[in-house]
Amino acid sequence: MKRKHFRMIQRVYLVLIFSFMYMPIAIMAAFSFNQSKSRTLFTGFTFKWYKSLFHNEMILRALGLSLVVAFSSAVFATVVGTMAAIGINAMGKRSRAVINNISYMPVVNPEIITGVSLMLLFVVMKDGVAFLNARFGLTLPENFFGLPTLIIAHISFNLPYVIFNVAPKLRQMDIRLYEAALDLGCNPKQAFFKVILPELMPAILSAFLICLTYSIDDFLISYFTSGTTQTLPIVIYSMTRKKVSPEINALSTVMFLSILAIILTSNYLDSRRDRRER
Amino acid sequence: MEKNKRLSLPYLIWMAIFIAAPLLIVVYFSFTDQAGHFTLSNITAMGDYTGVFATSLLLAAVATVICLVLAFPLGFYLSRLQVSTQHMMLMLVMLPMWMNFLLRTYAWMSLLEKNGLINRFLGLFGIGPFDMINTSGAVVLGMVYNYLPYMILPLYTAMVKIDQSVIEAAQDLGASMFQVLSRVLVPLSMPGIATGITMVFVPSVSTFIISRMLGGGDTLLVGDLIEMQFLGNSYNYNLGSAMSLVLMVIVLLCMSLTNTSGEDGIEGVM
Amino acid sequence: MKRTLCAIIAVVLCLVTLFVGAELETDTVVSDEPIPVSPDYDWKRFAGKGVTINVYNWGLNISDGTDGSVDVVSEFENLTGIQVNYTTYDTNESLYAKLKSGGASYDVIIPSDYMIGKMINEGMLEKLDLDNIPNIQKIGRQYRGLPYDPQDEYSVPYTWGVVGIVYNKNMVKEIPDSWDALWDTRYKNSILMFNNSRDAFAIAARRMGKSLNPKTREDVAQIAQELKKQKSVVQAWVMDEIYDKMEGGEAALAPYYAGDAQIMISENPDLDFVIPKEGTNYFVDAMCIPAGSQHKEAAEMFINFMCETSVGLANSQFTNYSTPLIPVWESLDDEQKNSPIAYPSEEVLANTEVFEVLAPEVNAAMDRAWGDIKSYSENGNGWIVPVFLLLAVALIVWNFWRRNLKIRRDNY
Repeated sequence: MKRKHFRMIQRVYLVLIFSFMYMPIAIMAAFSFNQSKSRTLFTGFTFKWYKSLFHNEMILRALGLSLVVAFSSAVFATVVGTMAAIGINAMGKRSRAVINNISYMPVVNPEIITGVSLMLLFVVMKDGVAFLNARFGLTLPENFFGLPTLIIAHISFNLPYVIFNVAPKLRQMDIRLYEAALDLGCNPKQAFFKVILPELMPAILSAFLICLTYSIDDFLISYFTSGTTQTLPIVIYSMTRKKVSPEINALSTVMFLSILAIILTSNYLDSRRDRRER
Repeated sequence: MEKNKRLSLPYLIWMAIFIAAPLLIVVYFSFTDQAGHFTLSNITAMGDYTGVFATSLLLAAVATVICLVLAFPLGFYLSRLQVSTQHMMLMLVMLPMWMNFLLRTYAWMSLLEKNGLINRFLGLFGIGPFDMINTSGAVVLGMVYNYLPYMILPLYTAMVKIDQSVIEAAQDLGASMFQVLSRVLVPLSMPGIATGITMVFVPSVSTFIISRMLGGGDTLLVGDLIEMQFLGNSYNYNLGSAMSLVLMVIVLLCMSLTNTSGEDGIEGVM
Repeated sequence: MKRTLCAIIAVVLCLVTLFVGAELETDTVVSDEPIPVSPDYDWKRFAGKGVTINVYNWGLNISDGTDGSVDVVSEFENLTGIQVNYTTYDTNESLYAKLKSGGASYDVIIPSDYMIGKMINEGMLEKLDLDNIPNIQKIGRQYRGLPYDPQDEYSVPYTWGVVGIVYNKNMVKEIPDSWDALWDTRYKNSILMFNNSRDAFAIAARRMGKSLNPKTREDVAQIAQELKKQKSVVQAWVMDEIYDKMEGGEAALAPYYAGDAQIMISENPDLDFVIPKEGTNYFVDAMCIPAGSQHKEAAEMFINFMCETSVGLANSQFTNYSTPLIPVWESLDDEQKNSPIAYPSEEVLANTEVFEVLAPEVNAAMDRAWGDIKSYSENGNGWIVPVFLLLAVALIVWNFWRRNLKIRRDNY
């Protein structure tokens, strides 16, 4: 009897908490098909907001920029981060601990501080460049705010995630494999590419994906370092600050569905691979 | 091996320039005035904003506690499921997190408004309408909604490691439900709790989006203040830097209290 | 089982995408005739040179192609071959911060009068070459040589207007023709207020019968006191979020700019606009080029384009702001021409005041006071301190308990 009650409570609790998490999203999606602009009264079914969304050049441009920034910063961060993880792994315990703690800094630091501090750095650099130009008659570019600063900022907050993803895998790896490869006549380069890298690949890949998603999703740090360029989250922010159009609901629905599709496909592929391996 | 160490050089240089140096610049700006002379006035000016700091800390703390209370049973429930179901449920927990943060917060706006859906719904039963949006309650709600997964995941990670037999042993030895909770479950999931608290508290205390969208500019938080100094209405780099510095100290303090250190923190989230 | 589920969902998703895609296909973009512009101006001189200009404007301050209007920015791009990176801000102060910080560089900005004056004083604006802007001739006499830019060297007026109260006739019984209405406790939590210091201070100052250009720090302090008193009745501090809130009936009263007020009224006929009897602020927003612009001539071409009669008309009809371009005003229909909101009578205008550049120390005091007001709470939020203490105590107890536990564990 008591057990049964417990079960009931459990069920109710689960339903409540998941509806808390999904209700807003579901409602947004529902209202993306609303005929009128009202956010609370449903007047009819339409696809027009999706249409105007796909013709909204500002959004499409921002999406393109977001993808460029995300891919370039994720590639760079993954390469440098993996190298660093290997290097750190070779270090003594103490220096490893120190570096790990420093790497942890940008992860726990509030994003707004990372954003603000990078913005200050870029402003100081800009002044420095202007000074150099004036002093030595150089023509270094002064207006580098925009794409370059965005990519730099994204690399900076992505790097630690790569290290924290790859380092545990490295620690688990058997160093004797590498030594065996050397004994069997590989040079160190070959041994690295043929033995270590394939072993690390899953971790590297997941690090890359994490970087990609963080970077596409980031608003706060981009907000402070983007100059005049607009990434997708920045456009969304400026949309919410104005007279709101249901395009924004359509956009969230599209984003949610594409994420869902990606996750489902990757899950499907995973389970198929599992089956084949069995 | 020696050669391998050099591989981390680009990373170390990068971090020195783009993580360490900017933080030092923040420190430099917070102790200088606009002309670049040393001054303590930015720090002392912080006294005027005690109220804002207190509100931020309080709201973030309340949100963290609510998250903990909500997430603890869920984390436990998830950790006791079969492995295959676990994966699916975890996915369900994470899925809303992949939606853009701004869009999620915006979704709550249309729910909480005076003529919003919740009030309309309650109106059907003749209750309300309530003033929900533009209150500090709405801000706390926004924090809980956005950061709840950050609490669930580390709790789950910690609890999955608890062996069912430990709980059963405690029950066999006559422990009441409360005793099992306080003597077994809570102590064993402590690392997860600590990580969860940091992961929720830190973004909550520094947000400015949530307070702006759901608080109507009425509930001013530290994040708002900092944003105002850099890109907003009262332009003052030095004061903004000093505020960032104080915020950083608060965060470090919070971390040392919960004893979160480098690696066990990150594992919970990924 | 799970796999089948995945497959089903994937198929459904594909279908939805296809469906939406098909819907989109049927929608062919109608390319209208390009907007007519003066033929004796060399619009093409930058075509094919890969020039991009950054235009930074107020939100919703240009005809953007929605609801069948003219898309002014792409018309300009098509005409001249110059790319426009168009972004928006919502207060003069944030525009100033963005420029001053060096965090971004723009080619065309549209600040208000007092901000233009301040920027000129600080050398942040570039002098215009009026030979590239022949359309400045169309600007009416009364909008030229205004005090913030007496020689017309730095700015070309874009819009003007007054500030008044937008109110919902269903929620407010009598016409709120005085700023007092914004302090009225009957409308507690139904009042919106400007989320920028200058406009908010102006309202409080006018209500107190003071000038909206405070001369001393004492003035600022007194006005700030008045705004603090208002805080308990205000629901939210907003800028362009006001559209949704007023149109949706979220609030009863809100001060805002005349142009935007007309849009709100056209969306929701329950709304109306009144200019309070204590007098109000008369503002001019004008196009300027910030110092350090990389493409000054292209920027001047953009400004000239914005002063074309056809473009000005499109903008004026879209934004509902009053235009300083005489030919545009003449081509409006009579109802708009004589609208008491957009083009108030001489007598109303006589009781208005223009923002002036404040002395630096007054400005600083105002910024400071603004932060104070926003973080101030009348009832002192009495519960904050006790709850905070309680939390701190709980934290300490918890820490002790944890340490104890560890010691006990270590003893085993």
